[in-house]
Amino acid sequence: MASWGEASESRLIGKRIPRLSGKDKVTGKAKYTFDINRPGMLYGRILRSEVAHANVVDLDLSEAEAMPGVKAVLPLVEVGRKIRYQGQEIAAVAAETDDIARDAIRRIRVDLEELPSVVTEADAMAENAPQIREDWVGNQSAPNVREEGDINAGFEQAAVEVEATYHAPVQTHVCLETHGHVAEWEDDENLTVWASTQGVFGVRNDLAGRFNLPANQVRVITEHMGGGFGSKFGPGVEGRTAADLARTTGRPVKLMLTRKAEHLVAGNRPSMTQHVRAGATSDGRIIAYDMKGYGTGGISSGAGFQAPYVYHVPNVRAERRNVTVNVGNQRAMRAPGHPQGAFAMDSLMDELAEKLGMNPLEFRRINDPSEVRQAQYTLGAQEIGWHRRNSVPGSGTSVKKHGIGVGSGQWGGGGGDGTQARVTINADGTVEAVTGTQDIGTGIRTAIAIIVAEELGLNPTDITVKVGDSGPGLPSGGSGGSQTTASVAPVIKTAAAAAKQKLFQRVAPQLEAPVEDLRVGNRTIYVVSDRTKTIKWELATGQLGMESISEGGHWDRELRQGGVAGTQFAEVEIDTETGAISVIKIVAVQDCGLAINRLTTESQINGGVIMGLGQALLEERFMDAQTGRMLNANLEDYKVPGTFEIPEIKSIVFDTHRKVTGVGEPPCIPTPGAIANAVYNAIGVRIRSLPITPDKILTALAEKKA
Amino acid sequence: MPDKDKEKKQGTNISRRNFLKGVGTGTVAATVAPSVLIGSEKAAEAQTEEAVASATIQLNINGKPYQVEVEARTTLLTVLRDGIDTSGTNIDLTGAKLICDRGECGGCTVMIDGKTVYACMMLAMDAQDKQITTVEGLADGDDLHPVQEAFVQHDALMCGFCTPGFVVSSAALLSENTKPTLEDIKVGLSGNTCRCGTYPFIFDAVKTASRKM
Repeated sequence: MASWGEASESRLIGKRIPRLSGKDKVTGKAKYTFDINRPGMLYGRILRSEVAHANVVDLDLSEAEAMPGVKAVLPLVEVGRKIRYQGQEIAAVAAETDDIARDAIRRIRVDLEELPSVVTEADAMAENAPQIREDWVGNQSAPNVREEGDINAGFEQAAVEVEATYHAPVQTHVCLETHGHVAEWEDDENLTVWASTQGVFGVRNDLAGRFNLPANQVRVITEHMGGGFGSKFGPGVEGRTAADLARTTGRPVKLMLTRKAEHLVAGNRPSMTQHVRAGATSDGRIIAYDMKGYGTGGISSGAGFQAPYVYHVPNVRAERRNVTVNVGNQRAMRAPGHPQGAFAMDSLMDELAEKLGMNPLEFRRINDPSEVRQAQYTLGAQEIGWHRRNSVPGSGTSVKKHGIGVGSGQWGGGGGDGTQARVTINADGTVEAVTGTQDIGTGIRTAIAIIVAEELGLNPTDITVKVGDSGPGLPSGGSGGSQTTASVAPVIKTAAAAAKQKLFQRVAPQLEAPVEDLRVGNRTIYVVSDRTKTIKWELATGQLGMESISEGGHWDRELRQGGVAGTQFAEVEIDTETGAISVIKIVAVQDCGLAINRLTTESQINGGVIMGLGQALLEERFMDAQTGRMLNANLEDYKVPGTFEIPEIKSIVFDTHRKVTGVGEPPCIPTPGAIANAVYNAIGVRIRSLPITPDKILTALAEKKA
Repeated sequence: MPDKDKEKKQGTNISRRNFLKGVGTGTVAATVAPSVLIGSEKAAEAQTEEAVASATIQLNINGKPYQVEVEARTTLLTVLRDGIDTSGTNIDLTGAKLICDRGECGGCTVMIDGKTVYACMMLAMDAQDKQITTVEGLADGDDLHPVQEAFVQHDALMCGFCTPGFVVSSAALLSENTKPTLEDIKVGLSGNTCRCGTYPFIFDAVKTASRKM
């Protein structure tokens, strides 16, 4: 049975190893899609609607087309069709410089007949609201209902009940490299696209389909990419437009979204509003949970969220609806549906515990079926100093008040079949690992090098890793669902093992030992039963001559496992005069399975916590209900965490087993709930709506006083 | 610099004031023109060729002189990334990134005479007569700047898109304050934004680099 071996046997796996792309990234050498400059390249821009709902009456491209330096202008909407959200594409331009392209889109004349729009969930659900989707009644989807047990019977057993409404607003991804592509046609039938994507092969297949080309005549390259968080799986309108503009002009075209368009059309995390009534027994068991909720994913659907979450509830009724509004569509965002669901559930848990007069951690211990999290509660409580929390929330007379809270999460991340890879050993001793996955910042490139180096007794820097290119024709899935490492690692490991086996077969006769007795370490192949029999790595590979060893691998299920649990503890300080909230410390205990690279795994946990902190305290998409325009489609009014917001973060890689699991998404899940509970513990007033901002704190404190 | 050289240099230089003056009439024409010239080629010309006058300026980037033709509106960042030297070579210094496009995120941070500047907010002509240092100019050949070395060692980067800006800001911070406290580091890097959440390891990296400087 395949295995990663014991920790004590691992020379590299599980250690802290700087990422291979580090040097290129700190020197500015790393080339992102945005950095690609091709000979003769044109710059593309897209004109977008500022109106949220309208009929397109007329579109005149002639003025833009006539401008010097403009090489192509393409319509992206037909006269007679509808605009359904701000930011929807109207036309695209390719020009000699980006400035000319910007000038040119201002010269496109579009005549829009404005239609009544709905922008907020409340407006969409109001009586007599304009109906913006013909297939839905009242701008709402049919409810998705989940029922387990008998909630009426459950409530009869309840000693306490809590009824509350929790809300999380729409959040946007804010990828620092906006969505974008550079498209170049070699001839009519061969297209190369540099794409800022989480799915090299997804983009390839989409574009091949659009242009009716064999898939291998479209090559997609993503050497480095500047953040996706779930929003970058396909080429989208902008990628297809870049390819169209390049085809029309016969020149390479770079088309990157503007920062504003990135907020408007490149996806977002749907909102969540849930009204929940829940009951617990006197001995601390949640016994009944009745929830009605909705969220909006914009013009389409996809606004699901987890409710109830993580904890065991025997009697459940949960009803969820999608609400449609005239706003750009949602896309998957880091652990879709989980952080907002966790925030509501963990808030509810604390509210129930308080009614029972129980310690919230004890209440969780009773209701949490996860053995892993049970152990994490103990470790996390120790690390944060749980005993220091206010036994009476909000007690104390000082202006600045401290509080401590806890939150939980879970995720899959077990990977999937479908990755192909090759590990090649060349005669000169060099080793290459090639696969079609992409490094979206998680460090999979380095993980691959670690795995191959461990198997072949080399160092990670000895391995040339080629990812982010569909050219070699070795497909791998998109980097989503925290699936990349668990999908890729087993294939790389088995490929490296197969290549090693081939090399051993080659040298076994010289070493006068059976292949099974051969081992490799420290650039030397040796016989395990007689260590005087050795051959240096380069001498062994030197015998390959012209024929290098090149082996594929397979997705061995035994090498990976899904299902991770996580717990976080937060300590906050609140200035009760200004409402200012500082997170002092977060302890993140994250089940990671086998962490191939402990250093980059810690980076992932830090990153998840910080994104969760942003959701908890800062991030909210503001829409103007009258005009349907986003009011903070930039980086100064849409707040993401900066240096001042960063607390002490203790990221604990919680080892559970030695099988590979993905961990990109789960660490962002427990954070908002932990912070919300810490805020309550500090001031004794519950904020049930994210983000928890100073104005909400001050209002709540004032209401408490009154 | 000897006075003679200074004079000579100024002689070929174009001040921002004169540049904008020269462009001024064209700009007015462009704003007036469309109401009478809609759809005509002349309107287009008014905005592109007459209004947006260009001039050749010299920029000193990472110790090397470049001659580039720029428009009044051309930012330093555009020149670094997309500029073409009059000799025909692409400048191609793409380390500095355009991220927010309005001086909020620090992705385009470069040093001008040792002080950090957002290259997206500086007109190229305002960078004449100054020493411009980009992230590409920090390392000494293969020898990384201590900040760069520490960033790699501590994994102070993930996707890496904001990294050049953070590296330049960190180097500038340490050139002014060789022993910064955590608070100093947070203040010094407060003009830079990271979305992957690499801050904790960036703080560690700056501390490590400070010990080596």
